[in-house]
Amino acid sequence: MKVKVLSRNPDDYVRETKLDIQRVPRNYDPSLHPFEVSREYTRALNATKLERVFAKPFLASLDGHRDGVNCMAKHTKSLSTLLSGSCDGEVKMWNLTKHECVRTLQAHEGFVRGMVVRYCGTSFFTVGDDKTIKQWKMEAPGYGEAEEPLNTILGKTVFTGLDHHQKEAVFATCGQQVDIWDEQRSSPIRSFTWGVDSFSSVRFNPVETELLASCASDRSIVLYDMRESAPLKKVIMTMRSNTLCWNPMEAYHFTCANEDYNLYTYDMRNLDRPFMVHMDHVSAVLDVDYSPTGREFVSASFDKTIRIFQNDGGHSREVYHTKRMQHVICVKWSADNKYILSGSDEMNIRLWKANAAEKLGVLAPREKQAINYNQKLKEKFQHHPQVRRIAHHRHLPKNIYHQTKELRIMKEARKRKERNVRKHSRPGTVSVVSEKEKHVVTVVK
Amino acid sequence: IHISFFVFDLKGADEDMSKEEDGEDERKRQHLLEAISALGGKRRKTLRERSEAAVQMSEFMVNAEDESERVELSDLIQIIEKTSTVPAKTKKQLNNLQRSKKTIECPLSKQESERIRRDVAFQKAATDISRWKSIISQNQRAEQLVFPLNQEPSGPKPMERVVTGWKAQTPLEQEIFALLSANKQPINDPILTPTEQASVRAMSLEDAKVHRAELQKARALQSYYEAQARREKKIKSKKFHKVQNKAKRKEFLKQFDEMVKTDPAAALEELNKMEVARMQERMSLKHQNSGKWAKSKAIMAKYNEGARKAMQQQLELNKHLSQKLVTSLNDDEEEEEVGDPELLPDFVNDAEQEMDSSNPWMRGRLSQDPTEEEENGDTVGLTTEQSGGVEYIAEEEEKVEETEDNVILREFDSRRKLRQALETDTAAEMSVDEEEEEESKAAAEDGDASDKEEEGLSEFTNLFHEIVEGQSRVEGAGDAGRADTSTQLEAGVIRIRTLRDVELLTQDSSATDKLHGEFPKPLSTENLPSTTQKAGKSRKRKKKIQLKEVLTKETKVMKVLLAPTVEASEELEEKLDQRGLIKEAFAGDDVISEFLKDKRKRENVGTSKILDLTLPGWGEWGGTGLKPSRSKRRRFRVKNAPPPPRKDQHLPSVIISEKRNSFVSLHQVNSLPFPFENHTQFESTICSPLGRTWNTEQTVKKITKPKVVTRLGTIIEPMAQEELVKDPHISSQDLQVVLQVLPWKRLTAK
Repeated sequence: MKVKVLSRNPDDYVRETKLDIQRVPRNYDPSLHPFEVSREYTRALNATKLERVFAKPFLASLDGHRDGVNCMAKHTKSLSTLLSGSCDGEVKMWNLTKHECVRTLQAHEGFVRGMVVRYCGTSFFTVGDDKTIKQWKMEAPGYGEAEEPLNTILGKTVFTGLDHHQKEAVFATCGQQVDIWDEQRSSPIRSFTWGVDSFSSVRFNPVETELLASCASDRSIVLYDMRESAPLKKVIMTMRSNTLCWNPMEAYHFTCANEDYNLYTYDMRNLDRPFMVHMDHVSAVLDVDYSPTGREFVSASFDKTIRIFQNDGGHSREVYHTKRMQHVICVKWSADNKYILSGSDEMNIRLWKANAAEKLGVLAPREKQAINYNQKLKEKFQHHPQVRRIAHHRHLPKNIYHQTKELRIMKEARKRKERNVRKHSRPGTVSVVSEKEKHVVTVVK
Repeated sequence: IHISFFVFDLKGADEDMSKEEDGEDERKRQHLLEAISALGGKRRKTLRERSEAAVQMSEFMVNAEDESERVELSDLIQIIEKTSTVPAKTKKQLNNLQRSKKTIECPLSKQESERIRRDVAFQKAATDISRWKSIISQNQRAEQLVFPLNQEPSGPKPMERVVTGWKAQTPLEQEIFALLSANKQPINDPILTPTEQASVRAMSLEDAKVHRAELQKARALQSYYEAQARREKKIKSKKFHKVQNKAKRKEFLKQFDEMVKTDPAAALEELNKMEVARMQERMSLKHQNSGKWAKSKAIMAKYNEGARKAMQQQLELNKHLSQKLVTSLNDDEEEEEVGDPELLPDFVNDAEQEMDSSNPWMRGRLSQDPTEEEENGDTVGLTTEQSGGVEYIAEEEEKVEETEDNVILREFDSRRKLRQALETDTAAEMSVDEEEEEESKAAAEDGDASDKEEEGLSEFTNLFHEIVEGQSRVEGAGDAGRADTSTQLEAGVIRIRTLRDVELLTQDSSATDKLHGEFPKPLSTENLPSTTQKAGKSRKRKKKIQLKEVLTKETKVMKVLLAPTVEASEELEEKLDQRGLIKEAFAGDDVISEFLKDKRKRENVGTSKILDLTLPGWGEWGGTGLKPSRSKRRRFRVKNAPPPPRKDQHLPSVIISEKRNSFVSLHQVNSLPFPFENHTQFESTICSPLGRTWNTEQTVKKITKPKVVTRLGTIIEPMAQEELVKDPHISSQDLQVVLQVLPWKRLTAK
């Protein structure tokens, strides 16, 4: 029998010079590559499984505070710097790359209620229970110098929140009323009141920089324009909102963290119904912060978890928790869209990855390609039951798991009841109220 | 009715009063009014009269009880009408005011007014913020977003920007800057010094424009030319370049012709250049068939017509490029003058070329037999005469002088050749064109003649003619060379056969041993000197110096086998056998019948036969050894309805299982996911593959672009106002309108 040997023309596969890329001949004829769907499905399934395998979001815990962490502030110019204020009036400055505290100062007596870094990054403001607003230098004092604030303003009432203007030397505080301060003056240049209530937080709009929003204790969210003498509008909800955050990329969207376990994203122009209701927490939501890309936000809750939501998704895409983390009071998304920081009751600040399975550091081009391809595969097959099951599975602490179940049952029961009422009453008398409309009591002009 | 009467009466009384002005009526009327007020039952509260000035004054204290005491507007403006300094217009306005009896509406309450103000402010803010709508929706729809949004372009920055943000710190830097500033050298704008700027300013605008236009045109032309050159350089076609080179050469020759007439010095230089180029070509290994490419081609030549051709062309090129340009006259003279007996004749060289060939028989002159040349063209190639037709002719002339033993050898050879011719029907075609050779020779001779005629000309013209002559010679040689190389390619096969022949020949030669004692000795050593010694001198004289003799490095001769023709038929047979072979391999197991059996079995599983539902013991005795009666059995027999036809009914070689596979259904989507409207849409997205197995590199890159890209370690700032300006959907006019309309709205509202 004759033995045949493959013979090919070397010109077809030998490079002309060694600097050329190796020629890899490919035939894209679909008949040569059958079963593309099933092959890609397998790849997608594997990618999803691997994602869950590599999902290790917790990076570090920064300990050092001697009381619960009440507020945090991102540095506006440096990614590696974080400021945190605790319930005993202490402010700590952290170096995130080294996971260590670089500076500690006793800022207030009692709680540090609010903290914000000036837009230039050279100083920061704190407000506390001792009715003072203090401005501090970002640099540590030199040897022998006392740790003293640059400027102290004595207020008449307790301040509960603080935010700084994006570009000008103006900041806003809230307490019994919302005050706008000029940095150079010791009295507010403008104060807004609307009825008798106390405010829990105030935030400047980072895009349309003259606008503000605040959460009041009468379950309302109030909008202001810094240039006007009166507030703009307010919406009263069924329960109180704790904090709110403006979307840094979408000027008219903001999200508020509510006591009724939900978060609500509003379009500023239309307060009648929230643009989106974000559900998943099983206890009051205490803080919310947007990612700098404006596509996602993170929320901290009293149920000892952090959740990450898409800005247009009703349910969270991720939940972070550890055994030791207690009620999470404040949360921040880092300015490079990579990390999440959470401060909780048990005196620790935790550093998390924003994408749990992401590989940190510089990636090789081929790694990048593989990641992109896997990402697209996961997106393509996300509706397949096995892929979805794996992708959506999260381990939850027992009590949260049971509480979620309980809440679901309650919700279903309520729905059923509504349905029955509607069924047994004259058609048209009981109208269907959507989930979005349910939570808004009224809009006050 | 009562009251209306009174009112009527009252009006009448008024008229009366104005007419008659009677005091009694007045009194009556007063009474009447009192009576009417008494009818109401309420006692009107008498208000105190204001008597002293007070800081806090209530509007309710103003007394308006007595109509007679009330101050009318007419009372106040009476004075104005009298004074002449007040303009008529004002008087008219006052009169109009006096006539109108409307009351002014009272102002809104504080809550109401604040609410309106808030509403207006909100409307303003809402319209203001709606500017962002287009850019936001655009970002939401974007395939890919790269953050930070306002990225600075990477790469070198202009010097000015770098320098302005930097201060001299070290003493050295300060010194340098001091020097620069002292000499008025530019620091921030390094492009022009002050003097240069002044000179630029001095130039007139038109001049500058013309100059600029010229420069632009020149630049454009240059860039066009560059682009064209680049394009042409990129063309991979060898043929194209060959044609182009040829055209260039022709052009050059033409130019050269002219140059000879106009500028002989330059032409001489050119000539030298050409000579240098030729030398370089000789020195280099280019076109010597020693490169990688040539080797690969040599391998491929067996199977590929194109490769064979390419090799031939290469050889030809080599010959052409390394051809020395010499006048035949000069060379001849030199040759005769030298007359060196020790110098080896070119026949030796020819033989040496064949050193690597396996056949010692091929080294001799044997194959140069004239008869042979006529009969079998391919044998000419065995000696690989590359010097062209001129040599052949020269050799033909020498034949006479060859010795007897050579004649005998040739006899053997011819005998052998005959046998060979009989054996191989597929002899390579004769490609040496005798006529062409003749022509080329004639051309060369013509050149010689012309040379003689123009002996009086300058040295340069001499040289030039040499070139022309050389070229014509080369062309002639090229034809022959082509034939040569074609035969060379086939030579290997023939040689193998000739080796066999050698054995035959030795057997034959045993008979002729008596005649030639020295013959059995190795021919390679014998034949060479004998022939050269005899033929050497006389031939030398007639021939010009051939390139072959001078060249130190010889061209490698490629030995390439022809594609075997005999084996092809074998292959065919084997192809036919392939099926049989498989059959043979699987002779033991009969797959087809097994498959058919299997299929039948599956078909039968569905179609169950008659079902027997008889229960023993019902209606009769039951027990061991007792069978239910036949009538009963017949009664309870049930025939099953035939199952629906199978899908593989008409497919003889396929079994389709119609059972639902629960394992597969676990992985299937059972309801249409949200954004899709129908199942075909969803299916099409699932069916289009993403991977690089099915898509080209570019497509894969495009498809798998991530939605959000962020740069490592960069702060992403919130969207800035500049983004609005960048947005193409908002024109600057719209912006203006928005900004203008808003304050106006606010004013009107207030």
